Amino acid sequence: MNWIIAILQTTLFVALAPFLAGFMKFCKCRLQNRRAPSLFQPYRDLLKLTRKQPVISEDASWLFCAAPYIIFTAMVLAASVVPFIAVDLPTSAEADVIVLVGFFAFARFFLALAGLDIGTAFGGMGSSREMTISSLAEPTMLMAVFTLTMTASTTNLSGAIEHVLNEGLILRPSFVFALFALLLVAVAETGRIPVDNPTTHLELTMIHEAMILEYSGRHLALIEFASQLKFMLYGVLISNIFFPWGIAEDFGLSALGYGLLVITGKLIFLCVVLAFAETAVAKMRLFRVQEYLGFAYLLGLLGMLSHIILESTR
Amino acid sequence: MNIESQDFYTQAILSMSALVGLTSFLMLGQGRLLRLIFVFAIQGLLLTLTTSLAAFSLDNPHLYISAVLTFALKVIFIPWMLQKQVLAMNLHRDVEALKNNTAVMLGGASLMVFSYYVLQPIIHTSSMIMLNALAVSLSVVLLGLMLMISHRQAVAHVVGFMSIENGLFFAAIVATNGMPMVVELGVAFDVLVAAILFGIFFLHIRTSIDSLDVDMMNKLHEVDK
Repeated sequence: MNWIIAILQTTLFVALAPFLAGFMKFCKCRLQNRRAPSLFQPYRDLLKLTRKQPVISEDASWLFCAAPYIIFTAMVLAASVVPFIAVDLPTSAEADVIVLVGFFAFARFFLALAGLDIGTAFGGMGSSREMTISSLAEPTMLMAVFTLTMTASTTNLSGAIEHVLNEGLILRPSFVFALFALLLVAVAETGRIPVDNPTTHLELTMIHEAMILEYSGRHLALIEFASQLKFMLYGVLISNIFFPWGIAEDFGLSALGYGLLVITGKLIFLCVVLAFAETAVAKMRLFRVQEYLGFAYLLGLLGMLSHIILESTR
Repeated sequence: MNIESQDFYTQAILSMSALVGLTSFLMLGQGRLLRLIFVFAIQGLLLTLTTSLAAFSLDNPHLYISAVLTFALKVIFIPWMLQKQVLAMNLHRDVEALKNNTAVMLGGASLMVFSYYVLQPIIHTSSMIMLNALAVSLSVVLLGLMLMISHRQAVAHVVGFMSIENGLFFAAIVATNGMPMVVELGVAFDVLVAAILFGIFFLHIRTSIDSLDVDMMNKLHEVDK
């Protein structure tokens, strides 16, 4: 029974990811005084891309064709690990938070390889940039997540979330820092505005888009879907780690429905905040990104330190 | 003494002290004057929140007056005045190239450790929250001094000076649940007068050495070196 709910939850997660991307686009368009495309436009785009025939360069190796499937699978597996509407599911008991970060790294590794594989200038450039950024972002993310796991004294994500839920509302300085660090990392990792512009048409400023420049058809659809999943993963991670209230603790129908309602509200709130931030901030120069991520790392480190200094037993 | 066993007020004060410490570090590493002033205003806002929190949970109504004063002076008036002067003297486009920024930041971190070390004996006589909050406010004072040493612009020196005062104010709220009203009013007006005097000083420094960069004061030597 639990496994069925876990599979249903993952399916729901995957099905809702394009909708979230559409909603994000909707918020941004409204803030910039433009008319927004329909909320279901990402689904239509994905459908259209899957129907088209992929064009593959004759220099491409098997890696180029395999990479989209690998990336998409890694993201779906990551989605199954993160507690979405209910905690204590068997899938999240199988894997802990380090595995989750590992899934992200795995997907990124293959994406960077695929960018290099085709041998175009932009692909290699995008891969090198992506690896630079992720080498700075990944320790920060681990640091922020370790703050949580040290508090809960378990690396299991659903166990940690349950711990936060059960001890009620406690204001922890370390969580404030970890929240900010994770927000900054999420913006960098999902390629949102101050770091990377997902809607750019300028090859020289691209990071994520440069790597997937050569993809078309169903391969492109899979990669787009994977990055929408990644965006939603970060959103769910942030809202459920730091504000877990409302997540379903038993598998009754009403608890699950309430959990779905609450997580939708949290994601909508997060999207609106992010849309405001993206509208207000201009894209950074590439060489400023390491300062930005250095600041994020500082926040993560401060979170860890204040957990040790301010909160521990003496 | 875990944080779980503390009451909500203590947790909130600890969070505030962590954030106040963070703003001090942000100021230390900031090369742009306008952003420096903005971070200073945020620190003032955190102080206001702490004061109103103390007033609310300790049921000490005169602290509300002090919170309002802090808000009016440190969040609105002084930042607004400094910003106006920076804009008037056309300094907002300069990015101060901080010499050995990394060393300064590391120095700041070691100052924080130092303040914990200095205050370690207090732990036997008072609660844990007192140690943490006092250590943070002592390090805010020391970081303010560090800011004055490491930056070259006179405006940054003023911000450093004001943040020293912020550190003392934070310590006063947390340790003694607010000073007597007379003292607070006195300090508030001192700060106000200091801010205005600094404005006059800026004008004088500027007319005598054509810049607010204190390194240029060497020009005032009688003999050329």
